[in-house]
Amino acid sequence: MITATRKPFAEIAALLEPFDRVLVLGCGTCVTVCMAGGEKEVGILASTLRLADREKGRKREVLEATIERQCDREFFDVVREKIEAADAVLSMACGVGAQFAGEVFPDAMVLPGLDTKFYGTTLEQGVWSERCSGCGTCVIADFGGVCPVTRCSKSLLNGPCGGSADGKCEVDPKTIDCGWQLIYDRMTRLGIADRLEKVQPLKDWSTGHHGGPGKIVREDAKL
Amino acid sequence: MSTLSLESLKSGSRLERVLASGAFAVTAELGPPKSADVALIATKAKHLAGSVDAANITDNQTAIVRMSSIAAGYLALQGGVEPVIQITCRDRNRIAIQSDVLGAYALGIRNILCLTGDHQVFGNHPTSKNVYDMDSIQLIAMLAGMRDQKTFACGDEIRNTKKAPVVEPRILIGGAENPFGDPFEFRDQRLAKKASAGVDFIQTQCIYDMDRFVEFMKRVRNRGLHHQVKILAGVTPLKSMGMAKHMRDNVAGLTVPAYWLERLEKAADKPAEGIRMCVEQIEKLREIEGVAGIHLMAIEWEEKVPEIAKAAGLLPRPEPATSQGAS
Repeated sequence: MITATRKPFAEIAALLEPFDRVLVLGCGTCVTVCMAGGEKEVGILASTLRLADREKGRKREVLEATIERQCDREFFDVVREKIEAADAVLSMACGVGAQFAGEVFPDAMVLPGLDTKFYGTTLEQGVWSERCSGCGTCVIADFGGVCPVTRCSKSLLNGPCGGSADGKCEVDPKTIDCGWQLIYDRMTRLGIADRLEKVQPLKDWSTGHHGGPGKIVREDAKL
Repeated sequence: MSTLSLESLKSGSRLERVLASGAFAVTAELGPPKSADVALIATKAKHLAGSVDAANITDNQTAIVRMSSIAAGYLALQGGVEPVIQITCRDRNRIAIQSDVLGAYALGIRNILCLTGDHQVFGNHPTSKNVYDMDSIQLIAMLAGMRDQKTFACGDEIRNTKKAPVVEPRILIGGAENPFGDPFEFRDQRLAKKASAGVDFIQTQCIYDMDRFVEFMKRVRNRGLHHQVKILAGVTPLKSMGMAKHMRDNVAGLTVPAYWLERLEKAADKPAEGIRMCVEQIEKLREIEGVAGIHLMAIEWEEKVPEIAKAAGLLPRPEPATSQGAS
């Protein structure tokens, strides 16, 4: 999933300061799973905004809604009226949804309520961890199913740097596992560690963002 | 000393000629200034000239902005010290690195050391973006391709136009290895990869844990890697207890056995004891089969390099045949 965290309240309050009628718009997919921008988080944020307004004696209407997804056009139909009635929409979706809401409603002032982080997984309740960088050419078959581009802080393809110690990465030994220790351990377990002897050539980065904004066109899937 | 055939040399650098002659090589480090202070390089070069075969010019080490390694290397060369230019993968992509290699060669630089580079979080611009278009092994392979295949990474020939002559950079290619990094079992495999990528020499991380280094070298010899790659063992004199503890506690992938700390602790004159310990280490390292030289990293203590080299019996430095004088 795409993971995100909510922006600090002060930042959100500053973004919304000029607006008297705001819609806090949640997203029911990835950011609901990572507990950043689903219905529950929308409710909490809207209540906090109302409370802060009341304390300051500020008059403002805070609307709430959560749709299935903000990255697909058809899901916006049910909130069209609310969006058109609001001075500003605080999108609680990832960066994709927050931008796409503005594409679906070009006249709406859509502002981001979240900081989008990475493609990751839920390790345990409340803990999410990055797994993929979307480089456009998956290489994990060569690395025991562990991605060196994402799991190594330096995206090294030919083995660990000198900063790997006790299975941890020197960038932050408390929180980051050495991606290369993971690769080495997994390949040893699978009995294929000898494959690491191969010198990996320069990677073609053009298949990912370095080739410009990505676009997939599937002629067979088009209507 | 045997006469060297120039044709068989890759770069003709002094370091290459010393290594090819079979003499025990000595390299050091010369850190460029964190300013535009030209005079500092001349001062540091003066300390090293005549006591080492070449000196590494670090490339924004620990991700702290310093004078360009190529510019500082050129100045070191003027100051009588052959430079080994370090190039890291952190700050430049394949376009910038190849351009810099051509530029460095044009300025008379003949040795280049390929490094991954310290992550920017350790330096003074932790919010910057890194590059890592490639890793150090791919960098080695790219430079070997430029020299030996006479092509750029994209496959184009190194020539100005289709009719112009091919003029490739003739450089000696170095790499680094940390025998103390994890996973330990992968360390010699990584060296083997560097060898097959085309590295000519490697310098190791500074060695304090002699037992682990001996074990590493055993693995290296079992693979026959010492015949393919010249290995320079890294040493760093400990000038104080503070420094020793810092090396032990704060440098990732480095262990400093208690033995050294105890000796330093007991010594009345700690800098002198640090130098004695370093000389002893050099003498021990010299006896290990497959060690072709030492890389003496006297961190911010360059002025002690001649004293250490002399005490370790490494002076005077040999004068291998020069480009002009070789037959």
